[in-house]
Amino acid sequence: MAKELIKGNTAVAEAALRAGLEAYFGYPITPQSELLEHLSGRMPELGRPFVQAESELGAINMVYGAACTGKRVMTSSSSPGVSLMMEGLSYIAGTEVPMVLVDVVRGGPGLGNIAPAQGDYNQIVHGGGHGDYRIIVLAPSSVQEAVDLTALAFDLADKYRAITCIMLDGSIGQMMEPAEIPPMQPLKTDIPDWAVRGARDGEKRLLTSINLDPPAQEAMNLRLMTRWQAIERNEVRYKGYYLDDADFVVVGFGTAGRISLSAVRAAREKGLKVGLLRPITVAPFPNTVLDELTEKVEGFLVVEMNAGQMLEDVRLMVRGRKPVEFFGRMGGVVPFPDEVLTEIERLVKGPRTTDGHPRDRWLARLAETIG
Amino acid sequence: MVVTDIPTKIVYERPEALDPRVTHYCPGCTHGVAHRLVAEALDEMGEVENTIGVASVGCSVFAYNYFNIDFVEAAHGRAPAMATGIKRVLPDRLVFTYQGDGDLASIGMGEIVGAASRGEQITVIFINNATYGMTGGQMAPTSLPGQVTSSSPTGRDVTRQGHPIQTAELLSTLTGSSYIVRRSLHNFRETRRAKKAIRTAFEVQKQGLGFSLVELLSNCPTNWGMSAVESRDWIEERMLAFYPLGDYKVSSAVADIKI
Ligand SMILES: Cc1ncc(C[n+]2csc(CCOP(=O)(O)OP(=O)(O)O)c2C)c(N)n1
Ligand code: SF4
Repeated sequence: MAKELIKGNTAVAEAALRAGLEAYFGYPITPQSELLEHLSGRMPELGRPFVQAESELGAINMVYGAACTGKRVMTSSSSPGVSLMMEGLSYIAGTEVPMVLVDVVRGGPGLGNIAPAQGDYNQIVHGGGHGDYRIIVLAPSSVQEAVDLTALAFDLADKYRAITCIMLDGSIGQMMEPAEIPPMQPLKTDIPDWAVRGARDGEKRLLTSINLDPPAQEAMNLRLMTRWQAIERNEVRYKGYYLDDADFVVVGFGTAGRISLSAVRAAREKGLKVGLLRPITVAPFPNTVLDELTEKVEGFLVVEMNAGQMLEDVRLMVRGRKPVEFFGRMGGVVPFPDEVLTEIERLVKGPRTTDGHPRDRWLARLAETIG
Repeated sequence: MVVTDIPTKIVYERPEALDPRVTHYCPGCTHGVAHRLVAEALDEMGEVENTIGVASVGCSVFAYNYFNIDFVEAAHGRAPAMATGIKRVLPDRLVFTYQGDGDLASIGMGEIVGAASRGEQITVIFINNATYGMTGGQMAPTSLPGQVTSSSPTGRDVTRQGHPIQTAELLSTLTGSSYIVRRSLHNFRETRRAKKAIRTAFEVQKQGLGFSLVELLSNCPTNWGMSAVESRDWIEERMLAFYPLGDYKVSSAVADIKI
């Protein structure tokens, strides 16, 4: 199949549909709306349910209901809308039904703006909804990668009865790039045994997240966490660039990872031995490779479009063994490759330290630039 | 010993859709009555093995324990959205929600209005007992003016705490709703009429005629601080005036349904 020039949001929508999406529920919000709009035409065309819900609360709970039938279901939104979905996500996690969420992250907090950002990392990766649960989070850095990860998102959700989030930032959602969308897959025909169906086989099924007996709830928590450990063992995905001989490593995901790659290439042209680690699954986080790199390299630069949220996960793995520095832009401001290159050069040149917190040093520099 | 061979005829038994177990409801609470009416309707229609219930958050949170049918449990107020999701992917099943007044008319007002306005092919059993039963009798959106509750200790003061919501009237204004009625469970006559309305509401769904809701005036003897009998009188004397029984919306197609 040929490549076509296509917008990220539209591409993900079409890829989801072709991966066997059976029902979509959503609510308009920029910079995600093309996803909903595309499916508003395509789903009915194929005789599949599409509902523009009354709110994101409505949308996520429609997804919850539809997910209880074992079908492939999805919703999409952007930051403020995803905040509203947190309640439903916790219930869905607690009921162990699979679903896919697309979060096209925009600048915040609050209403913020509609520019690309990565400020939802903590909310998506480290929870957001109440209770102990984890969700799988995929962070593409191009339209093609977003397309490829969409089918994977459904497979992982089904395999682990889990929530999978495709965390795009607004630029991947809005950008047009050539991409190839895989051919149409048939809809899933097997209904998982746990799915409700109206007791048609004479067997009554109940799907709920309530568990009044604490030991029974704890057993359920244990099952969720054991499953998460399996996900950590089996599903880590990342891409390494120029890592073999790197003395310094930039870590960045999504658009920040992509911009960092340009900066790393420019640094290589200047003869600096810099590589890039771009997590594709930010949850589960690529801890092992980071641990191995920590033994090998002289320092890290974390680049994000937020105030250093993934930074904490990197620091947790590096554990003070090597210096970690941070560079970020917030509020919908997208960093330039030149800015990242300057930060790489600063790191290489030194002085480097493992003292203090990299965020404090970065904030001091940022205040000088934009303050 | 006199031996007779008069054949016995069963005139009353537990519906197949109802599980034979003791409920957790307080003595005299009409939640149990409402459950039975729903179960009878499903039995009569032969829909026990074709129905998915959506329980809500409130005293009826464990409703699923008492029905021999598939159930899911929604978050507080979100049952109509969850039912929408199920019904859209399994359109040939009967899908109903069972919701209290705090659940439906306060935290879940957005979801119920959304579902009704879309003409969602679901049935809603709406228990109006003028209080938040499960959490200890706080003021509900349906509590009457002057009603003493644990969060309106001097009586609901409408100037500070607003006016009660008349749900059936409100939802009947939506073009999307097809069958919206209010019944009561305070005596046998009204209970029989409630049963018929529930059956009709399920028929509306089965025939694909749109959104149906039966509001049931119910009691909460525990939190009203009354005996079961007193609470039934209270429905008659106090609630009926503010919540008149009747058919608020019966679309023309629904009017033709004969039971
Ligand atoms: C988001 C959320 N807020 C609050 C609660 C606490 N809560 C549980 S039941 C309930 C009220 C239920 O009242 P109602 O719907 O009238 O049903 P009843 O118990 O009277 O049958 C509340 C507020 C909750 N479970 N979830
Ligand atoms: S608290 Fe009230 S509504 Fe709840 S079971 Fe008891 S009597 Fe019924």
